[in-house]
Amino acid sequence: MNSGFRKLRVFGALCSKELAHYFYSPAAYLVAAGFLLVSGYLFSVPFFLLNQASVRGFFEGAPLLMTFVVPAVTMRLFAEEFKSGTAELLLTLPVPEWQILLAKTGAAFCVVCAMLCPTVVYPVTVAFLGNIDGGAVLCSYAGLALLGLMLSCIGVFASACARNQITAFITGFLLCFAFFMAGKAVPFLSGLLGNAAAFIGFDAHMDAFARGVADSRDVLYFLSVSALFLYFSLLRLWRRPLG
Amino acid sequence: MIKVENLSRSYGSVKALDSVSFTASVGQITAFLGPNGAGKTTAFKILSGYLAQDSGSVFIGGMDASLHPLQCRAMTGYLPENNPLYEDMEVCEFLVWGGAARGLCGQALASALDRVVQTCGLAPAAGKPIGALSKGFRQRVGIANALIHSPKILLLDEPSSGLDPNQAAELRGLIRNLSHETAVLLSTHILSEAQALCDKVVLINRGVIAVQGTPQELARAKAPVLIAVFEQEAPASVQEAIAGLEGVSAVERDREAEDIVLRIYCVQGADLRGEVFALAARSGWPLLELKRERDWLEAMFRELTA
Repeated sequence: MNSGFRKLRVFGALCSKELAHYFYSPAAYLVAAGFLLVSGYLFSVPFFLLNQASVRGFFEGAPLLMTFVVPAVTMRLFAEEFKSGTAELLLTLPVPEWQILLAKTGAAFCVVCAMLCPTVVYPVTVAFLGNIDGGAVLCSYAGLALLGLMLSCIGVFASACARNQITAFITGFLLCFAFFMAGKAVPFLSGLLGNAAAFIGFDAHMDAFARGVADSRDVLYFLSVSALFLYFSLLRLWRRPLG
Repeated sequence: MIKVENLSRSYGSVKALDSVSFTASVGQITAFLGPNGAGKTTAFKILSGYLAQDSGSVFIGGMDASLHPLQCRAMTGYLPENNPLYEDMEVCEFLVWGGAARGLCGQALASALDRVVQTCGLAPAAGKPIGALSKGFRQRVGIANALIHSPKILLLDEPSSGLDPNQAAELRGLIRNLSHETAVLLSTHILSEAQALCDKVVLINRGVIAVQGTPQELARAKAPVLIAVFEQEAPASVQEAIAGLEGVSAVERDREAEDIVLRIYCVQGADLRGEVFALAARSGWPLLELKRERDWLEAMFRELTA
C-alpha cells in the first residue's frame, strides 16, 4: 500500500512539473488562443452568417484543427529534454520509463482537455437560443477527448523521436494528419483498401460520437491506437537517443 | 560500492569502452581521467543508468545494475556533463521536484532540501530562477540535485568545468566533505585537481584503462624526473655531465628558458638530487634550483595518452 502511494506521489511530481511548465509558458497560451480563435470561427460562421443555431460546424472542424494543435502541445515534451540534456536527469531517476511517459502524456492530455473546456460556451449559447441534443453534444465531447488522447500519444511519440521541437511538431502533425486523411480517402477507395482506410482513419469513429452513439468499438479504436503509440514511444526511450 | 567488470560499449563501429574494469569505495574519491573522446562520459552514462552497456557488468552496492536498475539508480546521484538543468524553474522548486521524483515527501523532503541548500551553499540563490544563476551556482544546483536523496554513490562528470579558481577550490572542498559518506567518482581534465583531491586515479584512453591506482602507487610506478636550473654562466657541457651520472636515463634542455633548465629523467626508484647537487658543487656551476617534478600525473597523462 505504502509503495503504491509512493509511486502515485512520484507520478504526481513528474506530471505536475509538466503541467506547471505548460501553465507558465506563453507558448501554451498562444496555442490555446489559436485553437479557440479558429474553433470560434468554425462555430460562428453558421451561427451568424447562416442564422443556424448549431454546433455542428465546430464538431466537424475540431478534429482537423486538433491534428494541428495537439502536436504543438506535445512537441516540447521529449525533444526539448534530449536537446538540452535534461533527459539525463529525467531518465536516471529511480522511476520506470513507462511512468515518465505516462506523466508527460497525461499532462499533455490535460492541456488538450483544458483547451476544449472553454468551447462548452458554444453548445450553451445554442441551448439558450434553440433546441440542442444534449446527448449528442456530450458524446461529441467524449469523442473529442478520446481523439485528443490519441493525438497526444502520437505527438509524444514524434517528440520522443526528435531532438528539436520543430521536427517533433512536423512529424507529429504529419502522423496525425495521415490518420485524418485516411478517413477522408474512404470515398475514393474500394473493397478491402476502403475498409482498411475507414478503420484506420478517425473520421468514421468520430461520426458515431457526433450522432450521439458511444460505440465500444470506436472507444477501443482510440484507446488501442493510443496504446500502440505509447508502446512505440517506450521503445524509443529504452533505446535512449543521445542528446 | 561500485564494481565494474569488463564493461564494453560501442557507437556503431566506434568502440567507446573496451573491457573496462575498476572499483570505487565509500569514503574514497576516484578520478576518472582521459583525453576527450576517451570514453569517460560513456562510462558515467552507463553507471548512472542512462545508457546500457553492450557487455560487462556494473554492480552498485552489491546489486547488478542490469537486473535491478531502479534500486541502483536510487543509490546514485549524478551530475551529467555540462550540468543540464531546467532553466525556467526556481532553485528550490527544482530541488523539491528532484526529491519528490525520488520518492521523498513531507518532513523528509523538507529536511533533505535544507540539508542540500546548506551543504552546497545555495541559500543566497534559493528563490532565483536557475536560468539567471552564475556558472558556479548552477554547478552547485546540479550537485544539490544529485545529493537530495542522500546517495551512496556520487557521479560527477567534469564538475569544475568552466568555474573560476575560487569557485573550483570551493567545489573541491565540498567534494572532499561529501566523500566521507559517499563513493565519489569524478571525471576531470584538471590533473592537478585529481592529484590533490583523489584517493584513486583511473586513466582511460581510447576506451581502455591505461593505468589505475592510488596517487602514491602511480607516483612510485612513474620514473622520477628532476628539474635543475643553472645560471646562464654554467657551461653547455653541464647537460652531458649530468647525463653521464649513474641512474640518469635522459636529460632534456628547455631551449626557451633564459637560464639553463634541465629535465633529468631518472631510472625507476632512483633519487639523484644528492648526486646532481654534488656534481654542481664540485664543478663550481651555480645551481639555482633543484626539485623533483611534482606534476607527475600530467607527465604520466601525456605519456600514456599521446
